[in-house]
Amino acid sequence: MNILRYLIKKLLRLILLLFTISVLSFTLVSLSPIDPVQAYVGAEMMRIGPEQRQRIAERWGLNDPPVVRYMRWLSSLMRGDLGTSAIYNQPVSQVIRQRFFTSLGLMGTAWVLSGVLGFLLGVLSGARAGSWVDQIIRFYAYLLASTPAFWLALLLLIVFAVFLKWAPVCCATPPGVLPEQVTFAQRLHHLVLPALTLSIIGIANITLHTRQKLITILNSDYILFARAQGENLFGLIWHHGLRNIALPAITLQFASISELFGGSVLAEQVFAYPGLGQATVQAGLRSDVPLLLGIVLFSTLFVFTGNALADILYHLIDPRIRLGVES
Amino acid sequence: MNLEVSRSSTLWSRVGLARQRVFDRRRQTLFLIVFCVLCLGVILTGSARAAVANQTNLSERNQAPSWAHPFGTDWLGRDMLLRTWSGLSLSLQVGFLAALFSSLIGLLIGLTAATLGGAVDAFFSWWIDVFLSLPHMVVLILLAFVSGGGLNGVVISVALTHWPSLARVIRAEVYQVRSADYVQLSAKLGRSSFWVARHHILPHIWPQFLVGLILLFPHAILHEAGITFIGIGLSPHQPAIGIILAESMRHLSTGYWWLAVLPGAALLVMVKLFDILGENGRALLDPRTAQE
Amino acid sequence: MLEVRSLSIHFHRYARGLRRTVLTPVVDLDLKVSAGEVVAVVGSSGSGKSLLAHAVLGILPSNAHIEGEIWYKGQLLTPERQAAMRGRRIALIPQSVSFLDPLMRVGAQVLRAAQLSGKNRHSAAAQRAIFQRYQLPLEVERWYPFQLSGGMARRTLVSMAVVGEAELILADEPTPGLHPEVVQETLNHLRQLADEQRGVVLITHDIQAALQVADQIAVFYAGTTVEIAPVTAFSGKGEGLLHPYTQALWRSLPQNEFIPLPGMQPSPQDLPQGCLFAPRCPLATAECTAERPTMRAIAQNQVRCIHAQG
Ligand code: SF4
Repeated sequence: MNILRYLIKKLLRLILLLFTISVLSFTLVSLSPIDPVQAYVGAEMMRIGPEQRQRIAERWGLNDPPVVRYMRWLSSLMRGDLGTSAIYNQPVSQVIRQRFFTSLGLMGTAWVLSGVLGFLLGVLSGARAGSWVDQIIRFYAYLLASTPAFWLALLLLIVFAVFLKWAPVCCATPPGVLPEQVTFAQRLHHLVLPALTLSIIGIANITLHTRQKLITILNSDYILFARAQGENLFGLIWHHGLRNIALPAITLQFASISELFGGSVLAEQVFAYPGLGQATVQAGLRSDVPLLLGIVLFSTLFVFTGNALADILYHLIDPRIRLGVES
Repeated sequence: MNLEVSRSSTLWSRVGLARQRVFDRRRQTLFLIVFCVLCLGVILTGSARAAVANQTNLSERNQAPSWAHPFGTDWLGRDMLLRTWSGLSLSLQVGFLAALFSSLIGLLIGLTAATLGGAVDAFFSWWIDVFLSLPHMVVLILLAFVSGGGLNGVVISVALTHWPSLARVIRAEVYQVRSADYVQLSAKLGRSSFWVARHHILPHIWPQFLVGLILLFPHAILHEAGITFIGIGLSPHQPAIGIILAESMRHLSTGYWWLAVLPGAALLVMVKLFDILGENGRALLDPRTAQE
Repeated sequence: MLEVRSLSIHFHRYARGLRRTVLTPVVDLDLKVSAGEVVAVVGSSGSGKSLLAHAVLGILPSNAHIEGEIWYKGQLLTPERQAAMRGRRIALIPQSVSFLDPLMRVGAQVLRAAQLSGKNRHSAAAQRAIFQRYQLPLEVERWYPFQLSGGMARRTLVSMAVVGEAELILADEPTPGLHPEVVQETLNHLRQLADEQRGVVLITHDIQAALQVADQIAVFYAGTTVEIAPVTAFSGKGEGLLHPYTQALWRSLPQNEFIPLPGMQPSPQDLPQGCLFAPRCPLATAECTAERPTMRAIAQNQVRCIHAQG
C-alpha cells in the first residue's frame, strides 16, 4: 500500500517535471535567433525565395502565436509523435530509440565497470586510510575528478589505437561491413575504448564517496563494539562495512547517470561512436530542433528513471524504511 | 547520560582523523593560495600573446616537443606552447565570466528563496530540482544552441547551468543563520528584515559565496572546454583550449600526440589549481572541515 | 583479576585556527577488580570514563597515546594479548543500541559474537541458549536493532557479552535513561554475572545504581580514581569516605544533605599541576599543588589525597 502511494507520487512528479521541461525548452527554442526554416533547408536557402519560405512557414504553422504552436507540439507529443529529425530524415522517436540502444551498451558497460571498480578502490582506500595505498588511490581519484572526459578519450585513442593499434580508431562497427555481418567480438572491440574512458572518469566519484563513508562507519559506535568483540579489520569490513556502505554506493551510482550521459556525449564525439550523445551534438550543431527537444525530454526521463530506481531500491532494501519505522 | 554519548563521540570524531604532520597548517594553506593565484595570474597574461600564438611558420611544421618548442608545433608551424597559453587564458576568461554570472544567479535565487520563503521558496526549489534532474551536457548544448553559439552562447549556457548547487548552499545557509537566536532577537526588537539581512545574513553568506564561486570555476572551465570541443561554442578563430583539442583530433592518426596531450594536461593543471584554491579557501574560512 | 596501574591517555587534536592541543581525559588512573566482584567506576557524565574500558580492550583510536600498565591475571596486557582476549576473555557491554549494526539482524549479531568468542562449532547453539537465558523471544533473531524495545536491547547487549566465556565484563554506562524496572533488571544481570565468578566493571554516572550492586566503588574525578572504597563506606554521613571529593559527592546526593559542590571539573585540555581536585578542595594547602598525590591505602580504602587519614 505504502509503496503504491510512493510510486504514484513519483509518477506525478515525473509528469510535472517533463511538463516543466517541455515548456522551458520550447520557450527557449522559440526565443532563439535561429530561423527554423533556414535550419531545415540549410545550404539550399539561397535557392529559396521569400514566398517559398513563407509557404513553408505557413505549412509548419510557424506564423501562429507560440502558445498555439506549443499546444500543437504537446498534443503530438502525447500521441508519441516527436516530429521528424531533419538530419536523419527519420521520426525523432526512431532516431532516439536506435541511438539509445547503441549508447546503452556503452553506458551500461561503463556504469557497471566504474561502479564495481570504484567501490572496490573506495573500500581499499577507506580501510587503510592514511596508508600509501590510500594516498595513491586518493590522488588518482582526485586527479580524475577534474580530468576532461574528451581529453582522456584522446589519450586512450593515441596510446591504444594510434600507437599500439590494439583498438580501432573510430565507430561502433568496422567500416564497410554491413550491420548484419558485424560479429559480437567486433562490436566489443569497438566498445572497449569508449567504455574504458567513461569508466575511468566515473570511478573517481564513487571511490571518494565510498572511502569517506567507510571511514565514517569505521568510526561509528557499532564498529567499536564489534572491535570489542574481537573482530579484526577484515571482519569489520566484511560483516559490517560492506553492508552499510553498499546502499549509499548504489544510490550514488544511480545518481551518476546524469554525469555518465554527459560523458558519453564527449566520448562518442571523440570515437565517432554513433550513439545518442553524438546525435545530441549533431542536433545542436545542425539545428535539428525536433531532435534536440526530443533528446532533452528523453534524457530527463532517463536520468529520472535512474534516480527513481535508486530510491525504490533503498525502500526495498533498507530495513529501517522497509519495515516502516521512523529513525 | 546523553551527554556522555555525545561527548565521547565528538571526542572521537575530532581526534579520529587528525594524524597529520605537525606544522603550521595555516601558513601552508596561505602559501598554497598565493601559489595558485600566481600561477593563474601567469596563465591570464596569455591572452596578450594571442597574435604571436597565431603566427604560422611553415618551415617548422609538425615538430615534436623540443627545447625551442616545448609543446611542439602544429601543422601550420605554430608554437603549441604559445597556443596553449593563450588558449588557457581565453578559457579562463570565459570560465570566469560564466562562473561569475552563475554564482550571482545562485546567490540571488538562494537569497530570494530563503528570505521570502513559502510559495516563492517552493517555486525556486522546484526550479533547482528541474535543473539538477537534467544531464548537464544536454542542457549546455540546448542553451548554447538556443543562444546562437559563439562566445555569448558559451558564457550564457555555462552560466545558466551551474547555479543550482550554490543556490542550494546559500539558501540553506540563510535559513540556518535566520534561525540563530541573535537574529531572532533582532527581528523581535523590531529591526526591519532588510536591516537583518544587511547586518546578520550577508556577513555569513559572503564567505560561502566566495568559496562557492571559486569552486564553480573548475566546473565552468571544464564544461566550457567540453562544449567548445564538440564545436557548439567558439569558432576556430578563437583558439580556446577546447578548439585546440578538437583540431588536434584531425591529426591524431598521424601520430602527432603532442597536439592533444600537452594542451589537455595544461588544462587539467589549471583546473586543479582552482580546485586547490577553493578547497584551501574553504579550509581557512571554516576550520571544521580543515580537520579532516 | 584486572589491575590498572597509573593509566594515562592523551589525545592530540587540532583545534580552531589549526593549532594543536593535547587532551588528557585519563590521568594516572588506578583500579583493581577481582573475580566475583562488581567494581563500579562512578564519575560525572562526559568525563571520559568509557576510555578506561576501551583502553583495557585495546580499542582506543590510533592517535591515542597510552601510559601506564594494565595487568590481567598476572599478565601484562600488550596489544597482541589484548587482541587475543577481546571478546573471548574480556567482553564489553555498551551503552545503547547504537552499538549494534543497524543493518544486521539481531540474531546474526549475537551469533557473530558467539563465533568471535571462540565457539565456532557450537555458536548457533550458544546463541539459542543465551536468548533463552535472557528471555529473548525466538522471533527477535530476525529483527533489526531499531525494532528492539529498550529492555530487549539491553538484554541483547548483555547476551552478546556473555555468549562466550568472558571472565571479565566491562559494562559501559549500561543503564542510561531506562525504565526503573529495566535498570533494575540490568543491574541484577550484572550481579548474577559476578556471582558466577566473573569480574564486572560497571562504568556509570549513576551512583544510586552503583550502590545497589557494587562491592567496591571507585570514584572518578577529572580522569583519575580519587578514591576506591567498599560500598559499605557509602553510608551515614560518609564517615567511611576519606577523600574530600568523595565526601562532597556523598553530601550532594538528594537523600543526604543535598549541598552541591561549587565549581567545575578541570578540562582535560589543561589540568592543574598538582592534585586534580585542588582548585575546588576546601582542605587544599600549598603542598597539594606541588605534586600529584599517589594512591595510598588507608584502612579499607585507597585514597589519592595527601591529607587524608583514617
Ligand atoms: S591532596 Fe590536597 S587538594 Fe587534593 S584532595 Fe587532598 S587535600 Fe584536597
